[in-house]
Amino acid sequence: MLIFAALICQAVLVGIAGFAVCTAAARWANGIVYSATAVACLTGLGIALTCLLGQTQPALALPIGIPWVGMHFRIDALAAVFLAVVNLGGAAASIFAVGYGRHEQFPQRVLPFVPAFLAAMNLVVLADDAFTFLLSWEGMSLLSWALVVSHDRTAENLRAGLIYMAMAGFGTLALLTAFAVLTGSGGDFTFAAIRAHGVSPALSGVVLWLALMGAGSKAGIFPLHAWLPLAHPAAPGHVSALMSGVMTKVAVYGFVRIVFDLMGPVDWTLSIAVIAVGAVTALLGVLYALMQHDLKRLLAYHTVENIGIIFVGLGMALAFRSSGLAAAAALAFTAALFHVFNHSLFKSLLFFGSGAIQNATGERDMDRLGGLIRVMPQTAVAFLIGAAAISALPPLNGFASEWMIFQAAFLSAGLPQWGLRLMIPAAAAVLALSAALAAACFVKAFGITFLGRARSEAASSAKETDKASRFAMFALAAGCGVAGIAPGLYTNLLRPAVQMLTQAAMPFATLPAPLAPVAASHNTYNGLVIALCVVAAMLIVAIGMKVFANRRTRRSDTWDCGHPEANVHAQYTAGSFAQPIRRVYASIVFRAREAVHMPPPCDLAAARIETSLNDPAWILLYAPVGRAISVVSGRLNPFQHLTIRYYLGIVFVTLVVLLTVLAIWP
Amino acid sequence: MSDLTVQILQAVLALALAPLLTGMVRKTKASLQRRCGASIFQPYRDIARLMRKEAVVSHDASWIFPAAPTFILAATWVAAALVPMFAFANGLSSAADFIVIIGLLASTRFALALAGLDIGTSFGGLGSSREMLFATVAEPAILMLIFALSLICGTTRLVDIAGFIQGTQVAPHISLLLAFAGLAMLAVVENGRIPVDNPATHLELTMVHEAMVLEYSGRHLAQIELAASLKLLFYVSLISAVFLPWGIAPAGASLGQIALGLIVYLFKLAVAAKLLAFFEISIAKMRVFRVPQFTGVALMLGLLAVILLLVSRSF
Repeated sequence: MLIFAALICQAVLVGIAGFAVCTAAARWANGIVYSATAVACLTGLGIALTCLLGQTQPALALPIGIPWVGMHFRIDALAAVFLAVVNLGGAAASIFAVGYGRHEQFPQRVLPFVPAFLAAMNLVVLADDAFTFLLSWEGMSLLSWALVVSHDRTAENLRAGLIYMAMAGFGTLALLTAFAVLTGSGGDFTFAAIRAHGVSPALSGVVLWLALMGAGSKAGIFPLHAWLPLAHPAAPGHVSALMSGVMTKVAVYGFVRIVFDLMGPVDWTLSIAVIAVGAVTALLGVLYALMQHDLKRLLAYHTVENIGIIFVGLGMALAFRSSGLAAAAALAFTAALFHVFNHSLFKSLLFFGSGAIQNATGERDMDRLGGLIRVMPQTAVAFLIGAAAISALPPLNGFASEWMIFQAAFLSAGLPQWGLRLMIPAAAAVLALSAALAAACFVKAFGITFLGRARSEAASSAKETDKASRFAMFALAAGCGVAGIAPGLYTNLLRPAVQMLTQAAMPFATLPAPLAPVAASHNTYNGLVIALCVVAAMLIVAIGMKVFANRRTRRSDTWDCGHPEANVHAQYTAGSFAQPIRRVYASIVFRAREAVHMPPPCDLAAARIETSLNDPAWILLYAPVGRAISVVSGRLNPFQHLTIRYYLGIVFVTLVVLLTVLAIWP
Repeated sequence: MSDLTVQILQAVLALALAPLLTGMVRKTKASLQRRCGASIFQPYRDIARLMRKEAVVSHDASWIFPAAPTFILAATWVAAALVPMFAFANGLSSAADFIVIIGLLASTRFALALAGLDIGTSFGGLGSSREMLFATVAEPAILMLIFALSLICGTTRLVDIAGFIQGTQVAPHISLLLAFAGLAMLAVVENGRIPVDNPATHLELTMVHEAMVLEYSGRHLAQIELAASLKLLFYVSLISAVFLPWGIAPAGASLGQIALGLIVYLFKLAVAAKLLAFFEISIAKMRVFRVPQFTGVALMLGLLAVILLLVSRSF
């Protein structure tokens, strides 16, 4: 029944898309389409929560698709968790778009694709056989590609679309191969059959690497992330939120489904790869983000960082599980899933904020913004909450999930393998480093964009965004707060999924009691008490100041050591804020260079400083691959211009060669 | 005495003693420099004077600017109250382990850095940007120290760590010494003391913490100053609770035991003030870009402690 309702929801979403195709040009279509999408997503969320709370696993096979195979769907605990994430993000984005979408220049290029894109993501999660999974996965890629190139007037967006297309094709190829290996020669595509016959230890490494490449390229792990910071910002605001907050989570789902569920037991050596890839991704993602001055691109790179954190959690869960430390595996896996949920909340929120700013000012470049807290006060508050949450500050949700990951890392001393025992502390240090860098990055993102004085006319004359957009942002901000002060609510919901894949679960959290990472541990955290303590202390301080201090406040000019600078461009910019970090870290990783051009004395020309960054992923991976492809295709080019005699000759020679091979084949 | 009473007593005393510690450091520094120096109670007078004055706020400031000092003082206070000072109180310790306390301090840093950017002055931006740079190495370093402590003591809860080290006859662990050195270095970095930053500087280009709070005045500055003193007290309490927990009264102790614990604690504060002052006058301030290397040493000490402990728990 529930699965039927879930599929009806997807059919409704496709129907909405069809309706949008016909009506998109009309002014009134926007509100109707997005409201209907929001309702469908909220229904999907309700279904997911019912499945999680009721612990049912409804399944259904439909006689469509490949003849005699059909399509299988199932909502097990893992699917329900991700179904909830997809639909929550989808509902928030739709509500945001009720207001935001009105500013869309070409609604017919966006409106029909959003509901269809959501339906495709839902179907990936619902799929219970490899065929349905891959079909939906490809649909998700294509529909999001259409949204990326919806504003195709700029060369930048077209390039983003091209690179995305190539990477999506590569990712699907890797997943297709992974499923081919998993299915084996039996030819039964259902997940139940794949699970039943398992995969031989020799091939499990191949499958894990393929899954890591296939799902990882969609999620944005280094070095397959290159398309992500180009494609996510190119799309309209709510679609960026969906791609960063939700689609990357569907990719994580694909990885978890293959590696944790379908593959069966995984050798511990493979977990080293996952942890290493995750740690490198987290660190490089945040370093890339710090170097940006485009707000949306900065947020997209932060998605890369958070995916790295999630993969470190998943890798630790694999390591613990392979050594039979079930409680620790449950903790690491819960932490990863909780971070999936948290990241979908705050990243959607931050992308909504950047979308609202782009609508209000027409700018994405932080160096032309500033002082928005005065003209967009409510957006500023919501963005600040999201920024604090993603920077892992207590008592918000980002801190809760990172705290759990650190607690899991502390349990690594119980592992029997030397490699992992040395590796996990190092990965934890890298995560702490990236958390601190993320805090620096969001001080920059919020401080340069919202604080200080306006750096352009557009920024000083911006207007607060509309009600629907603000509602969506504050709903997500409230979600960040609740998940932070009561993480137990969410870890309890995750228990069935964790139990299913790690054969253990985190201790059940009864609400006012603190969260314990493993049973009988004293390392507990109670976000509620901490939040109350800080609020109480703030009240005491505020009252103390009211009673004992001089209450007068005088507004005056800025002091600035007696040399206030009237020119707004003398303020710190995104580039100057990141300069110390660029010098310390990026001079090694990105080979960042600075060149100062000083005019000769008496010359009134302006002095200039030029900075250059070299992206290692492009230099070491993409550029050589691109060159190889162009060399090979250059060599093959003459074959396009042969005469018919040559072509016939080639066919004949090929035939002879193939027959010879067949003749001598044993 | 009940847990709650002890907890409240510690919180109140932390706030009350914080300026005294700052005063002691300044007095010792003055006498080491053969100056007379102000009385050790001068910081109290400074804070009272600032509170009597009106606050001047720039036209360009948003609500972040006046709100930040209250939040910073409150969160630092909560963090300081969570560290066992002179008696063990389990009241709040189940709510926050070591990582949470560090997280609270990270939130205060976040708020202060935003306040530095709020008015849009170059000095504010400079201070914020450098402060966040210093934090990037300090946070992994402190996490490694927590990792090492959790390997030794089996817990990340401060009360339990202190209780473990107090209760057992801990042979002088090498890793414990490394962690001690690392935490002491981090305390210097986090509190903006020489050689990392100079709390008494008058040269703008060398400032970090002072550059961020340059625009503050009146009651706002009083809160910032009090929070800075409290942070110093927090680190002294933290180091003494983790590495020298002797003299801390047990949970449910009598009034006499607590009084004894308080006397021992005051003695520890005085010794810490002397040592810090001696360290500060014997070293020159370093360039900003040397600081990550200095903090990096603390990170390496932490990593080394963890690796040694993984090799053998007896190190």
